[in-house]
Amino acid sequence: MKPFTKHTGVVAPLDRVNVDTDQMVPKQFLKLLTREGYGRVLFYDWRYLPGEKPNPQFILNQPRYKGASVLLGRANFGCGSSREHAPWAILDYGFRAILAPSYADIFYNNSFKNGLLPVTLTNEQMDELFKRTEQNEGYRVTVDLEQQIVTDDKGLRYSFTVDPFRRECLLKGLDDIGLTLVHEPEIAAYEKKNVRIPVMHEALDVKFHHN
Amino acid sequence: MAPRTLYEKIWDAHVVHEEPGKPSLIYIDRHLIHEGTSPQAFAGLKAAGRKVRQPELTFAVMDHSVSTKNRALPLLDPDAVAQFEALARNCQEAGINLFDMQSRNQGIVHVIGPELGITQPGCTIVCGDSHTSTHGALGALAFGIGTSEVEHVLATQCLSQYKSKTLRIDVQGKRPRGVTAKDIILAIIGKIGIAGGNGHVAEYTGAAVRGLSMEGRMTMCNMSIEGGARAGMVAPDDTTFAYLEGKPFVPRGKDFQAAVDYWKSLVTDPGAKYDDTVTLRADDLAPMVTWGTNPGMVTQVTDRVPDPSSFQNPVDRKAAESALAYMDLKPGTRIEDISVDRVFIGSCTNSRIEDLRAAARVAAGKHVAKSLKQALVVPGSRVVKFQAEKEGLDKIFRDAGFEWRDAGCSMCIGMNDDVLPSGERSASTSNRNFEGRQGKGSRTHLVSPVMAAAAAIEGHFVDVRKLSTVDGAE
Repeated sequence: MKPFTKHTGVVAPLDRVNVDTDQMVPKQFLKLLTREGYGRVLFYDWRYLPGEKPNPQFILNQPRYKGASVLLGRANFGCGSSREHAPWAILDYGFRAILAPSYADIFYNNSFKNGLLPVTLTNEQMDELFKRTEQNEGYRVTVDLEQQIVTDDKGLRYSFTVDPFRRECLLKGLDDIGLTLVHEPEIAAYEKKNVRIPVMHEALDVKFHHN
Repeated sequence: MAPRTLYEKIWDAHVVHEEPGKPSLIYIDRHLIHEGTSPQAFAGLKAAGRKVRQPELTFAVMDHSVSTKNRALPLLDPDAVAQFEALARNCQEAGINLFDMQSRNQGIVHVIGPELGITQPGCTIVCGDSHTSTHGALGALAFGIGTSEVEHVLATQCLSQYKSKTLRIDVQGKRPRGVTAKDIILAIIGKIGIAGGNGHVAEYTGAAVRGLSMEGRMTMCNMSIEGGARAGMVAPDDTTFAYLEGKPFVPRGKDFQAAVDYWKSLVTDPGAKYDDTVTLRADDLAPMVTWGTNPGMVTQVTDRVPDPSSFQNPVDRKAAESALAYMDLKPGTRIEDISVDRVFIGSCTNSRIEDLRAAARVAAGKHVAKSLKQALVVPGSRVVKFQAEKEGLDKIFRDAGFEWRDAGCSMCIGMNDDVLPSGERSASTSNRNFEGRQGKGSRTHLVSPVMAAAAAIEGHFVDVRKLSTVDGAE
C-alpha cells in the first residue's frame, strides 16, 4: 500500500449528502478483474452525457477543478455497497484525501486499506472549506497525517483525530495481512481448539468440495 | 461475568488476539465469495505468494452477473465470462466449494447460505457484499467487507476489527394485516435514517420480530446496512432451530441437539447494556413505498409524496428536492397515483419461497396491467425455483403475465441482462433505490412482494390491505 504522510493539492467540492458507492462506480464497471483503471469511470452517470461526453453541469468537470487531489464531501460519504472499486476509482482519478463530516463504515475502512485518507471534520469546518473552495479558484489545502492537521495558506488550521493504529499503518504503508500473520501461532491455536470443518450431510451439486 | 449482548458473546468467542489501542483479530467461521468482488483478492494473494488458509470454510457462488434467462445459452457478455472463469479457476486452484451457474444449488449468496445450512447461529460470516447482514437473522455475526478484506480472510481466516457499538431495535406489538417484514425494516430506516446505524451492530428484538418467520427475519437483517448498520441480528429461538434442522450442512442427531444447546445460550443477557435503543410499535405500521433516492426516503402507501419545503433541516430539504427531480415526482402526489413501468420481484431481500407464495396469491387469477412493460419474478435460488414450481407458483405467475426466471441478482443491481431502462419507473422488492441502481436514469420504488405484485396487476401502487388475498399477520 502507498503510504500517506502529507499531501498538498487543489480542492474539489462535492456538496451533496449520502453520496453512495453506486454513484462512485456504477454496476456496469464491476466486472473488471483489476484494481486499476477505474478513474475514468468515477461518478460515471453524473460525469458523462451519452457518448461519454463530459457533462458540463457536473462540478468535477469544471476546468477550475482539473487536477484536484483533495475532495470535499458531506455527511455519510460512501454509503451503500461494499464495493472497494469506489476508493480504487477515487484514487485512480487522482484524489489522495477526502474531507467530510462523516463516512459510511465499509467505505471508511476500504479507504484506509488503499492509502486514501478520509479525514473527519465538523459540519462548520466543512462549510468553511466549501466556502473557501468556491471563492478562491485554484484553492489548495495541505493534509498532514503526521501532525493531524488540515491547513491552507490563508491561515486555516483544522486539527483532526484518527485512530492511532490506522494512522501508523497509513504513514508506513503497512501490509495488513503481513501484520496479521505475525500472529499465525495464535490463529493455529484458535483453530485447533475451536474450528470444525462443516460437513455436508446430503449430496449437493458443488464443485471442488472436500467432503 | 457481566451481562453481555448477543453481539458481545459472539465477538468474545472469536477473539484470536487483542491488545490495547489496536483492532482485535477475529476468527471468521464462514467466508462467502462471489464473482464480483473476489478476483482482485485472489490476484493479490497470488502476487504476494500466499495461499488460501481454509478453503473448506470458504464457499463460492456465481450470482451477480449471471443471466436469469436461459442458462443453457452461451453468455454474451465477455466481461462476465471473464469473471466466471476467474472464479472457477481460483476455486479449483484453492479447492474451494463452488456452486457455479449450472449447479442446482446455485442462487444469490445470501439466499443459499441459510438455505444450505452454511449459515448457523453463533458463526462469524463475511462476504464481499454489503447485504451479508442477511445471515444475522439466524443469530450469526455477519457483515460485508471490501476486497482487501476478502484477501485478508482468504490468507488468514481472520479479520482485524474494532468492536462496534450496539443498537437495539425493538419492534413491539403485532403486525397488522398486509404489513410484512419489508415494511417493518423500511419503517425503521425511515425513522433512524440511512446513517442512523453507522458504527453499530443492530439487534432486532420484540414480539413483532419474534413473530416473523426465518425468511422475514432475513428480509429485516438484509436491509440493516441500508440503515447504516454493518450487521443486524436476531437471537436464535425455536423458529431458528426448526428452520435449520435437516439443512445439508447442519449437524444431525445427537450433534444437532448439542448444537441447539449451545445456540440457546446466544441471547442477550438480562441487564446487558446496548449503546442505543430505538423502539417501534408494529401495530402503527402500514405497507411502505419509497419515493426518493435512498431507502430512508419512504412513506406509507396511503400518504403523499412529501413537499421538500416541509423538511426543517436545509440539508434534508435539498436532498429531497434533488430526489424528486430525479424521480420525476411532484410534491403532494398520492402514492397510489404513481404508475409503474416494470415490476421486479426478487433480490437477496425478497426472493425466498414465502415471498413468492405471498406474491402469487395476489397475482392468482389476475393479469398484469396492460400499461406494464415487464413484470419479473426471479427466485433467489434454484432450490426456491424448484420448490415454487412444485407448488405451481410458476404457472400462476406466467398465467398472470409475469416472466418466470432462473436464480440470480437480476434487476436489483443490473450487472446482468436485466436492466431498468432510463426514465422508467419500477416497483421493486430489492434493497436500494439509489440513482441509477437498476440502470442509468432508472427510477426505483422499494416495496414488499405483495405490494409489488399488486402494483403489477393495477399498474400503479395500491394499498394491499384492500385485497382479500393478503394474509393476516402471524
